[in-house]
Amino acid sequence: MNDDDRGRGLVSDVDRRRVGVRWSLRLTQGTLLLATLLAGLGPILWTAKGALSPTQDLLREPLRLWPSSVQWQNLSAAWSELQIGRYLLNTVVLVGGSWAVQLLVAATGAFALSVLRPRYGRVVYGAILATLFVPGTVSLVALYLTVLDLPITGGSIADTPWAVWLPAGAHAFNVLIMKQFFDALPRELYQAAQVDGAGPVRLFWQIVMPMSRPILAVVSLLAVMDAWKDFLWPMVAISDTEAQPLAVALPRLAETAEQNQVIAGMLVAIIPPLLLFLVFQRHIVRGIGFTGLKG
Amino acid sequence: MTTLHRHDVSGRPATEAAGRAPRRPLPPLRSLAPLRSPRRRGIGATGWAFLLPTILVFGYFAWWPIARSVVLSFQSTNLVDPPEWVGLSNFVHLFQDPLLWTTVRNTVWFVLLALVLGFPLPVLLAVVMSELRRFGGLFRVLVYLPVAVPPVVAVLMWKWFYDPDFGLFNQVLGLVGLGPLPWLQDTATAMPSLVLEATWAAAGSTVLIYLAALTSVPSELYEAAEIDGASIWRKFWHVTLPHLRGVLLIMLLLQIIGTFRVFTEPFVLTDGGPEDSTVTILLLIYRYAFVHGDYGMAAALGVLLAAALGVVSGVYLRVTRRWSNA
Repeated sequence: MNDDDRGRGLVSDVDRRRVGVRWSLRLTQGTLLLATLLAGLGPILWTAKGALSPTQDLLREPLRLWPSSVQWQNLSAAWSELQIGRYLLNTVVLVGGSWAVQLLVAATGAFALSVLRPRYGRVVYGAILATLFVPGTVSLVALYLTVLDLPITGGSIADTPWAVWLPAGAHAFNVLIMKQFFDALPRELYQAAQVDGAGPVRLFWQIVMPMSRPILAVVSLLAVMDAWKDFLWPMVAISDTEAQPLAVALPRLAETAEQNQVIAGMLVAIIPPLLLFLVFQRHIVRGIGFTGLKG
Repeated sequence: MTTLHRHDVSGRPATEAAGRAPRRPLPPLRSLAPLRSPRRRGIGATGWAFLLPTILVFGYFAWWPIARSVVLSFQSTNLVDPPEWVGLSNFVHLFQDPLLWTTVRNTVWFVLLALVLGFPLPVLLAVVMSELRRFGGLFRVLVYLPVAVPPVVAVLMWKWFYDPDFGLFNQVLGLVGLGPLPWLQDTATAMPSLVLEATWAAAGSTVLIYLAALTSVPSELYEAAEIDGASIWRKFWHVTLPHLRGVLLIMLLLQIIGTFRVFTEPFVLTDGGPEDSTVTILLLIYRYAFVHGDYGMAAALGVLLAAALGVVSGVYLRVTRRWSNA
């Protein structure tokens, strides 16, 4: 995926030397730059501008590029009046727990299925993969009823963070890529560890986990980005407005609150996933590569 | 649609992409012997112990809800009294609801528009971007930025952009003497407006997938085509596109499945309006369950949607497999 490890593309060097091709490539490049700047960066900059502007700017001069007066106090007002801080904390708690559950389930499950292989493990794996073909939102209602009244054990976890954390773990895709990674580790490694007297638990903690950092990073990033974006399920599962994450609170606040403060809240919701993406770009691109097929 | 890249699956992951993962080819799974040990039964028990979190979480929050959805679609429940078997009555009521057909029409319209607009765009972007010798990294970041914006925030932004009076779009159109367009306010333009937003939000991750696939086109194929005197355009049609066929076919299916489940856009931008012109299937499920408290109807519609998507995927995979063999 890097520029340097690529061979050549569609347009050859000979093509590139032709004047027409050279100019149309430059033109395309310029247009593309303009378009991606507008579409990619534009909305984010608009949000940042809106968050620091008086609401009047938005209504009277929507095309203003710079706020008529920069109002940093919007941010603190959003923090105190709209309780953006509380919703942000709720989001962090929900995302953190979902991440932990996803990692635990994927790592232990994939380890069992790939390395230990208990009898009938293949049946379990098949049942896990089968859930990939049932769109999650289809069982939304039944999932809600399950969370309200758990089978066998009874009791309700609705309105608690568990209602978001635990269902997040039932993510077949994580188990799939984790298992494929473990399958590719050399089998001799496990046998050597066994000869040295390492039991399954030590094998898991001291050999497989340290070797799995790349895949753990990919699963973690995808899990965190996904949990941060989640909307429908947290809205259904957590009805207590005080406990909602930002994504659920913002549309509700947008109906009534001061608009520039709502936009400040939107900015707060964008920044963490944006930073995460900018810092861990390579891992995310790699994670997407996992899903891509070779042609 | 916005979280496409997470739900698309099914492919064999490229092991080389996993950085420090071993680079040699995978041996076929079946040839790997399970760990042999004198304490084989002990290992079996530990194996199940390691599987326990997976089985509990999937059991409670995937398998059980899926099974329960089917059961629920034949029941009537109000959460207070024990559920009552009502046979096919949920389905009968469903088909008698005039809103159902509006909803199906709307959803299919959304899916078609999203295909026309959203399917070719990432292909073109990826092909052009892969020809750039400079700033490739910058373009990748710019293209992916909308994907990093949480969908709800994206939708709230676009609500501002679409505002008929002080929205950016009408203001810009006004500058060049066009418009104003009603965008979300009119039954004819509301759905295309949703599609525009959804395409903006989802295109980035698809572009990255195509970019990854484009790096695997062997340069010899291009060189061979050039020896035959092929133009850039012909190389694109006869080398690049055929080479991407596998990815394109999968992405097409994933996009169809993803867009059929559109919810956030109509829920936040239009709440199904104006005049029910943007009520989608998932929005109707949500309304049945959480507005009217009719969980049986909601489950029945969910089951029908799952069945429809299953049939579409099955037929699609069967047909495209035939193409691939031919």
